[in-house]
Amino acid sequence: MKVLVAVKRVIDYNVKIRVKTDGSGIETSNVKMSMNPFDEIAVEEAIRLKEAGRVNEIVVVSIGAQQCQETLRTAFAMGADRGIHVLTEKTLEPLAVSKLLKEIVQIENPDLVVLGKQAIDDDSNQCAQILAGLLDWGQGTFASRLDLVDGKIEVTREVDGGLETLWLAMPAIISTDLRLNEPRYASLPNIMKAKKKPIDQKTPEDYGVDITPRLDILKVENPPSRAAGIKVANVNELVTKLRDEAGVI
Amino acid sequence: MSSLIIAEHDNVEIKPSTLNTVTAATALGDSADLLVAGKDCGAVAEHGAKISGIRRVWLIDKPEYEHQLAESMAPLIADIARNYSHVLAPSSTFGKNILPRAAALLDVQQISDIVAVESDDRFVRPIYAGNAMATVRSTDSVKVITVRTTAFKAAEMTGTATQETYPGKGDSKLSGFLKRESSKSERPELTAAKVIVSGGRGMQNGENFVLLEALADKLGAAVGASRAAVDAGFVPNDYQVGQTGKIVAPELYIAVGISGAIQHLAGMKDSKVIVAINKDEDAPIFQIADYGVVGDLFKVVPELTEALDK
Repeated sequence: MKVLVAVKRVIDYNVKIRVKTDGSGIETSNVKMSMNPFDEIAVEEAIRLKEAGRVNEIVVVSIGAQQCQETLRTAFAMGADRGIHVLTEKTLEPLAVSKLLKEIVQIENPDLVVLGKQAIDDDSNQCAQILAGLLDWGQGTFASRLDLVDGKIEVTREVDGGLETLWLAMPAIISTDLRLNEPRYASLPNIMKAKKKPIDQKTPEDYGVDITPRLDILKVENPPSRAAGIKVANVNELVTKLRDEAGVI
Repeated sequence: MSSLIIAEHDNVEIKPSTLNTVTAATALGDSADLLVAGKDCGAVAEHGAKISGIRRVWLIDKPEYEHQLAESMAPLIADIARNYSHVLAPSSTFGKNILPRAAALLDVQQISDIVAVESDDRFVRPIYAGNAMATVRSTDSVKVITVRTTAFKAAEMTGTATQETYPGKGDSKLSGFLKRESSKSERPELTAAKVIVSGGRGMQNGENFVLLEALADKLGAAVGASRAAVDAGFVPNDYQVGQTGKIVAPELYIAVGISGAIQHLAGMKDSKVIVAINKDEDAPIFQIADYGVVGDLFKVVPELTEALDK
């Protein structure tokens, strides 16, 4: 079977971001970018299914600026087979991304689509659910375990209060949670091989999808900062402060 | 203008998250209705009718909604939503799972995890792990919104809403429920607790969490954890506080053996008072802690537990 994985290029999770002084957004020039951590988990899961002989082709998709091709190459170096890059410099919202993914899914006909549960930049947590809705496929969000059983998918989901296991008819959409797997590092030979794997470049117009944003970003600000705290010398002083000064115990 | 709120419940009672969501909806003005879909959930609808600010409760009591699977819930929500200007759900795993799918069926761009309502089409939401706040204006005809529950007070329970039944949309046949493994705890729920004691990698192993449990019991607190502690297998994953875990804002948050990575701070930096106990005096957690204790947690935590008796 065939798996499609969507990957996003985001500001690296270790970077302390800076809000632009004009309030228009986040400073992204000269900032380290990398693959969204949840998407690495999605790529890893697809590769593990392939290594287990359940999958024969892994197609990765990334949508955005030219540099998204680096993100696709990272997925290739991990083990993905080929890529689709939808080139656009415009602001993309989850609805637009999912509409593009829907068109790609209908051309590629994968049996399974794996996405990260959320991108660490816009923190939306929507794409997998929207795509599943647009395609009218089953969805296994926040997956921490995945199994293929009798032509169905068994997925264990991380929910508030514990874990929940569902079955999904195939084809289906999965979104990955942190504990699904531990993504591998690409080896140097695989990074070299990744350069030869094909990327099919497209544009939103090729798919006839309107990506006009539905939300206007009016301003982006720093969050309110906390007043500086103090260090106390010992536990007794802490208890006194919490009781008399803060009044929280 | 009127709002529809999707009730989070377990077929027995309404979850507190729903009450915070009602407060966000009433900030929009005008009337708010509640949708209760489930199986044998009449008691939930009764309970929902008592929430202040709710005008009407839609009850859908059918077997196919027992586990509130997204595939069944989304078409139902989209069907009812056409009569509303706003649709809201809590930004819990329940709301996050269902609402974007419903928004897709309505062809609107959902607004995730709002922390403030500025007007009927302007909302504030955190991005980049809470390191920036974005104010957005929706141009969609129906505003579909998930609500960060810690940013809104819980609604009172003095209402007298009417109840009406609504027909279902049938089983999607796309998915089914197999089992649930609940983490059992006698302590308060993490997202609703007034005091939280959280442990990180510094706890060294799961057994040492008894130290935090003893402290938590003295304070009537919930126990949380950093991702490092969950990944190391010290505690189950639903203990996790952070960008990708639970977002909490208690009166008092005690971080023990937690360095204070950006992703953890995203989940707790709106706590009223933060206490950090860490042996590394340069740990980032001290930059946001109101009170810091530099010392060995294995000595400090038992001392603190004992000092609370006095």
